[in-house]
Amino acid sequence: MSVVFDRPKALADVPLHYCPGCTHGIVHRLVAQVIDELGIEGKTIGVAPVGCSVFAYNYFNCDMVEAAHGRAPAVATGVKRANPDNIVFTYQGDGDLAAIGTAETVHSAGRGENITVIFINNAIYGMTGGQMAPTSLVGQVTQTTPYGRKTETQGYPIKVSEMLSQLDGPYYIERVAVDNVKNINNAKKAIKKAFENQVNGKGFSLVEVLSTCPTNWGLSPIEALDWLRDNMMPVYPLGVYKDKGANE
Amino acid sequence: MEKLLMKGNEAIAEAAIRAGCLRFYGYPITPQTEVSAYMSKKMPKVGGLFMQAESEIAAINMVYGSAAAGVRAMTSSSSPGISLKAEGISYIAGADLPCVVLNIVRGGPGLGGIQPAQSDYFQATKGLAHGDFQLVVLAPSSIQECVDLTYEAFDIADQYRMPVMLIGDGMLGQMMEPVTFPEEYKGRDLPEKTWATNGTQMKRKHNVVNSLYIEPNELEKLVVERYKKYDYIKETEVKYETENIKDADVVLVAYGTIARIAKSAMQKARNEGIKVGLIRPITLWPFPEKIISETAKKAKSFLAVEMSMGQMVEDVRLAVNGQADVHFYGRTGGVIPTPDEVYNKIIEIAGGAK
Repeated sequence: MSVVFDRPKALADVPLHYCPGCTHGIVHRLVAQVIDELGIEGKTIGVAPVGCSVFAYNYFNCDMVEAAHGRAPAVATGVKRANPDNIVFTYQGDGDLAAIGTAETVHSAGRGENITVIFINNAIYGMTGGQMAPTSLVGQVTQTTPYGRKTETQGYPIKVSEMLSQLDGPYYIERVAVDNVKNINNAKKAIKKAFENQVNGKGFSLVEVLSTCPTNWGLSPIEALDWLRDNMMPVYPLGVYKDKGANE
Repeated sequence: MEKLLMKGNEAIAEAAIRAGCLRFYGYPITPQTEVSAYMSKKMPKVGGLFMQAESEIAAINMVYGSAAAGVRAMTSSSSPGISLKAEGISYIAGADLPCVVLNIVRGGPGLGGIQPAQSDYFQATKGLAHGDFQLVVLAPSSIQECVDLTYEAFDIADQYRMPVMLIGDGMLGQMMEPVTFPEEYKGRDLPEKTWATNGTQMKRKHNVVNSLYIEPNELEKLVVERYKKYDYIKETEVKYETENIKDADVVLVAYGTIARIAKSAMQKARNEGIKVGLIRPITLWPFPEKIISETAKKAKSFLAVEMSMGQMVEDVRLAVNGQADVHFYGRTGGVIPTPDEVYNKIIEIAGGAK
């Protein structure tokens, strides 16, 4: 009998702690598949954030470093610059990457640091129980915006892919989603490209992945996927925001 | 051996490179910017890396990354910048990583001033950041000692897998003195960095560099282990210098450049027949409490001299433990005490002790 579905080698054989319907598991799997396909597990180092994916260091079989909240791109810079032949990726949520770690994000992008950033945007702080994120939508109800995010007091969501694509430093920036099979396949292609760019010494690549948080959104997993499509996608359009390689 | 006239900041940078530190992450701040300037010039010529980070916070986290990857890494700053690095240093301590952090101390609090100070003693030795942890803190008092202790700092960091702080003041950073560098440095026998995250090469289980332990008993066990290491360091790594303490009635305790000023005051007092001695802590942590405690059995009085409102004096008092009087003289905010000021305080104490 032929095997049609198997665990990627780079993904550790341990139960993930994520909530039912959370899309972190899918993205972990995609990253691990890409590491397998490129045959780079032995020289890859992942940098885990603070947030729901804090335990990512237990979920990948490559070497892992756990960073302080928001500092993953700086830590990744240190790891990469220590051994430039290694492949270094960060895996960060929206609070980590776009709030407390904005400076590290912008400057690693600006330097064109040859790392790969996987950015999970689910418009909420998950681990601490559902507070407003920098990417929370206008009107979105969270624990700290109980009357909805109001622009007068909480301003507007930060569009990371759009913002970073204004810089000269980054090589490749794409926003994808993992709400259906087609989009998951596209996400995989983008993640693979983001790692291949690093292997080829091209520089900073970031893939923003629109993801769901059914628990803190107060929705069922299926409703959460609908909410992502209906509410997040209009604000965060999918697509390639920067690809220096397209002109090469 | 070649003798070079060098500024403290540059001598430390050169010593770090010679000690095999090939990753330096800096951020400009007075009065230590010469370290970065020197590194930026020299590193590319020796196959190393100087990077100017976007902040002190990023710089220390880059150090964290490079240290995790198994290479010698360093950052330097001055007081306000060290406060910003504090978070990262706590993570480095919690992840048992070796690195060297230089603090060329200036007056504080807040933006404070840019003149020499020693008001970061508490920060360096006791409360740098959250959690139970220690740094080894080395306090040179000459440019030659800056060089020697920089080599030592990297070895200590690697031997014990912990952050080491070199602490000086603006004077030490800025002044020039002749120095020599060892032609061939024989460092300590150091363990291999089998824990480094430099790629499994598919030959070993993955390494994880981490400071998060959700299970309290597991975290407690690790912290207790770390404190056993600290106890060992307290037994083996204490460094100090003494002068004239055998017959001393008044014992000065001072570190860094202030020890040199204290020494001048001591000599002036000795010339007038007052029995004054000096204990100069070289390691601020571990603090040389045993020699102070022993000396206190005979001496009448201790005088801690600092460029602060009185920080190290608390450790002197603890070490003396009621066996003698403990006095303090200090100037702060970037004001350097003169030998005469210290001398006058000695006279005051010696007079009172009669």
